Amino acid sequence: MEQFFAALTLSAGYNTALVCIGAALLGAASGAIGVFVLLRKRTLISDAVSHATLPGVALAFIIAQIYFDAGRSLPVLLFGAALSAGIGVLAVDWIKAHTRLTEDAAIGTVLSTFFAVGMVLLTVIQSLSLTGQAGLEGFLLGATSGMLRSEALTIAVAAALVGFAVVLRMKEFSLLCFDEAFAAASGYNVRWLDRTLLLLLLGIVVIGLKTVGLVLIIALAIIPPVAARFWTDRVPVLVAIAAGIGASGSYIGAALSASAPNMPTGGLIVLVLFSFFVVSLLISPVRGILAAALKHYRFQRIVHLRQGLLAIAHEEPVMEPLTRSILRRGGFMGGDGQPTVKGQSEARLIERDQKLWNLYREMHPEESHALADWSLKPIGEVLPADTVNVLEQELCPQFARTDETGNGGTN
Amino acid sequence: MHDRSPSGLHLLHDKDATKNGSSADLPFTVQGMTVAYHHKPVLWGVSYSAPKGCLTAIIGPNGAGKSTFLKAALGLIPKLSGETRVFGDPIEKGLKRIAYVPQRSAVDWDFPATAIDVVLMGLYGQIGWFRWPSRKHRQTALDCLKSVGMQDFADRQIGQLSGGQQQRVFLARALAQDAEVYLMDEPFAGVDAATEKAIVTVLRQLVAEGRTVLVVHHDLETVRDYYSHILLLNGQHVADGPVETTFTSENLQKAYGGRLASTQLDGLSQASGA
Repeated sequence: MEQFFAALTLSAGYNTALVCIGAALLGAASGAIGVFVLLRKRTLISDAVSHATLPGVALAFIIAQIYFDAGRSLPVLLFGAALSAGIGVLAVDWIKAHTRLTEDAAIGTVLSTFFAVGMVLLTVIQSLSLTGQAGLEGFLLGATSGMLRSEALTIAVAAALVGFAVVLRMKEFSLLCFDEAFAAASGYNVRWLDRTLLLLLLGIVVIGLKTVGLVLIIALAIIPPVAARFWTDRVPVLVAIAAGIGASGSYIGAALSASAPNMPTGGLIVLVLFSFFVVSLLISPVRGILAAALKHYRFQRIVHLRQGLLAIAHEEPVMEPLTRSILRRGGFMGGDGQPTVKGQSEARLIERDQKLWNLYREMHPEESHALADWSLKPIGEVLPADTVNVLEQELCPQFARTDETGNGGTN
Repeated sequence: MHDRSPSGLHLLHDKDATKNGSSADLPFTVQGMTVAYHHKPVLWGVSYSAPKGCLTAIIGPNGAGKSTFLKAALGLIPKLSGETRVFGDPIEKGLKRIAYVPQRSAVDWDFPATAIDVVLMGLYGQIGWFRWPSRKHRQTALDCLKSVGMQDFADRQIGQLSGGQQQRVFLARALAQDAEVYLMDEPFAGVDAATEKAIVTVLRQLVAEGRTVLVVHHDLETVRDYYSHILLLNGQHVADGPVETTFTSENLQKAYGGRLASTQLDGLSQASGA
């Protein structure tokens, strides 16, 4: 525990501090790029990318070890990883373009094949009994213990560069993810933008191999944006929150791993990230499930209130206990079950609003069925002023004509 | 052969003519375009030149390749043959002068953006790489929202808008592009009457400003009221020209075949445009 806090406060030695900062930068960058992978609906391809790194790592190790005795050189291994991951992505693209298979089928095929090749090569390495092969396992599940200072520094700098590139391209990536056809028609090279996005993702996967491991690296790109999506409806904010979650999750995970060197770093980071996800899922006021439950509760009350007031307007008895108690608490109904003056005037307003809504449904059935707040909110808050004007004229022609000076839009 | 209005198409066959300025006046010209999906031709050798400063409807039966025509002409989907010219330039160079409005159903409206964010996308070309929208850009976007009656919804998440409102946001984004040629794919699909009216008003305004507007249109009943010209497709070019001379029952019969009763055709082509 003490060790954990020491790592957390960057006081567990220079190396550990560097590893933690490197992990945080990696998490921030992968959270940022992950936002666009998620919005582009290509989270599956990131799985293909990560699994396709394995044969590259193994081959690079064999070649480097046999010919140059440099099998432990991180840049060499990462270069091999990037190369085979790149080939994997191109293979997916090629299958998609030249066959009638869907992308998920292409991804499933490429992912498993590349991983199989990687596993076979790892066994070959074991049978060759080359020295230095112990470090290779770290690429599967991530291991920060024993990471060299230069390695940690490489990871930190490379992650920072990728994160910077994502922020610079944020506008164009948003456009690509929202409306590809519009982007292409506006003169953007969509293919090239797509490639850039994948290249940056590939960069993150490769950089994160050593820290998180190839099996779990994808969680680092997917969980932060998914968790962040609960909090906001704006892309720049989404990128910021995803980067923040990615950074803090990776930082805490790396610090935990520093205090428990036997645990796989990747697993710890992903578990911390998952806790961020659960918290977001539960308590986010924007899209969280507690907020949704609360919204449902309020929604139910609005429906009861409205139906109660409509019943008052139509001089019908209100029977349902929940409706009665809501009406009473709002001061619309007295203790004797009779509507109050306030209740009656409110009922007339709601009745008119409801007539407009009903007319809207009659005139535009398709539209009104797709509308979320149909007959729940005052119509002027939901529909544009000109639409409401048309409805008012339809409902009460004389009134609307004399009212032509007012703009009718009461928001 | 086909009834073809004097659109200057013959000039394109002469390579020199494209350079001497005559074709630089033609806002949007498609020459011999053929498109196929999996060996099934959708468009076959379509040639067309949009009349400058006019409001033109692209009409034809389902599967006639109306949307495909726009997408292939813009280079969004591959074509087997044909080329597009914008004021005499090849399409790649001409995209800057075009605003394209895709079908509303083509995008995921749960995307994390507000109405004004979407309109700002129409200004990205102006804003340029590595830079962010300024106050001035936001004001332009707001003005565009205002001209489609959506200024009060600028900060609303797009998923919470109704279909008609979403279509208006798409139109506002196209307005922000301040283009010379507007290509719209079914802007009237599934919108309410007020939205339809608002869109027509904007389209007329664009044409009054001298811009060229082409709209994929489904509802034959409103063609006479809304448009001055038509392009009639049924996988091939059937006819194009002014509504009065081209929107005839013979031409509609050619495009729609037996799908429209002849009495219906007579009613449509003889109805007097208001």
